[in-house]
Amino acid sequence: MKKLLNDPADLVAESLRGVERAHPELRVDHEHRIVYRADAPVSGKVGLLSGGGSGHEPAHAGFVGPGMLDAVCAGEVFTSPVPDQMAEATKNIDGGAGVLHLVWNYTGDVMNFDMAAELAGAETDTEVAAVVINDDVAVEDSLFTAGRRGTGAAVPVEKITGAAAEQGRSLSELADLARRVNDNTRSMGMALTSCTVPAKGTPTFDLPEDEIEIGIGIHGEPGRRRVPLAPAREIAEMLMEPLLADLDFTGGDGVLVFVNSMGATPMLELHLMYAEIAAILDNAGVVPVRSLVGPYVTSLDMAGCSVTLTRFDDELLRLWDAPVAALGLRWGM
Amino acid sequence: MAVDVVDITALQRWLRTFAASVAEQRDHLTALDAAIGDADHGANMHRGMTAVVDALATASSDDPAALLKQTGMTLVKSVGGASGPLYGTLFLRMAPATGGATTLDAETFAKALRAGLEGVVARGKAELGDKTMVDALAPALDALDAALGGGESLAAGLRAASAAADEGRDATIPLVARKGRASYLGERSAGHQDPGATSAALLVAAAADAVAEQDDPS
Repeated sequence: MKKLLNDPADLVAESLRGVERAHPELRVDHEHRIVYRADAPVSGKVGLLSGGGSGHEPAHAGFVGPGMLDAVCAGEVFTSPVPDQMAEATKNIDGGAGVLHLVWNYTGDVMNFDMAAELAGAETDTEVAAVVINDDVAVEDSLFTAGRRGTGAAVPVEKITGAAAEQGRSLSELADLARRVNDNTRSMGMALTSCTVPAKGTPTFDLPEDEIEIGIGIHGEPGRRRVPLAPAREIAEMLMEPLLADLDFTGGDGVLVFVNSMGATPMLELHLMYAEIAAILDNAGVVPVRSLVGPYVTSLDMAGCSVTLTRFDDELLRLWDAPVAALGLRWGM
Repeated sequence: MAVDVVDITALQRWLRTFAASVAEQRDHLTALDAAIGDADHGANMHRGMTAVVDALATASSDDPAALLKQTGMTLVKSVGGASGPLYGTLFLRMAPATGGATTLDAETFAKALRAGLEGVVARGKAELGDKTMVDALAPALDALDAALGGGESLAAGLRAASAAADEGRDATIPLVARKGRASYLGERSAGHQDPGATSAALLVAAAADAVAEQDDPS
């Protein structure tokens, strides 16, 4: 393992020190590992809280700011944060209109946010609602799994709900909106290489030079199947086929096409993938109206990519275009 | 003659023994997790049990319920992931089931463990055979109840429980995971031992060791 580290045990804490120094528009509670927008709580606005394990940067702290989230809790690498952190953050972003938890669907995250809502309910009179983000079509959504993972959908869900929160919408309206964005979003990812968790020091799984993994998650969990390395055009097909089969993306007001790097894949390759994906969408009669290309929901140093499609309507498109000033997503401000 | 009760000293010994086994098996737990999960179970449990042992040093209470609650809260605060809420809930639910007694007789200790297991099941919504820690804990507590019902001592009952937990742990190997991150693998999760069932078997073994030591006539 070759990484920029002092001690792997201090990685998250030391990185949060850097976030604080580099971004004065954010406020960091180092004891609880919470990143707040500096002006939280915003009076009269519903507070939006998310978070999760570290290792997905710029998620989660990169999505804190006006027009997006009010705070996130950072866990250890690939490990959910704990209820104390979430309860503390919930209390501190309540501007009097309640707090919405946007929870990425992983067993640990869901359980910890559940316990946090119980704690916050016992200690304060803050009204809390939760919406679970689950968009990964690689996982069969059935009683026999923990359900679909929350991956790329977090970006449109958190962005669009954040824009609507700035307009002063109520907690229940925002929860409905977040669910609507989630329900209209699907993702599928692939890995060229494994990631290396710093505390472990070796790759999480072995992937030979001539093989790729289709349907991977964002924690180095192996995917559904392993296939020989193929040209990008064929990999794009492998990702798009299950996406387009799962939801009808034709019609409506077009789609957001989000091509995400898993961490180590450069923009040069990502844009090549975007071209392949756009060609497939053309053939399928799906109209891209907005794009997002880059590393947003990563898996440490994994090479590979994921594709997320969100079916827009007029309202979702307007909220997507609204100003946002987070470190990982910034326009119109 | 067996002492056959669990007092605050035995509970502390249980926690210290479990912490020591987790420290010793840390890399093994992480390796099992790397195969079907996300390679952090050993590190997380080690961090949590280190915090639990640290808290023992500063705790003044001799009330088992208070100790169990403190242990549960410490695990919830320090472990994260799914293991934090699950192991935390186990201890948190054990606390009220002690009925506030300062010395737990065999039946009360078994009842408290049962309440802990029910908390784990309620929190994680896992059933027997889902390839989780329940697969080690449930047979262990059944074996404990059967032994105590048959008039055996707590030490003998916990030995039987530990053997049943080990069997349950081994029986997770061919199972297809239905809960947690391993479930994302579907059929590919078969052939791997579940890390949660593995740490849960260590927890039961530690209880057997803690009570056996107490029973030593020396």
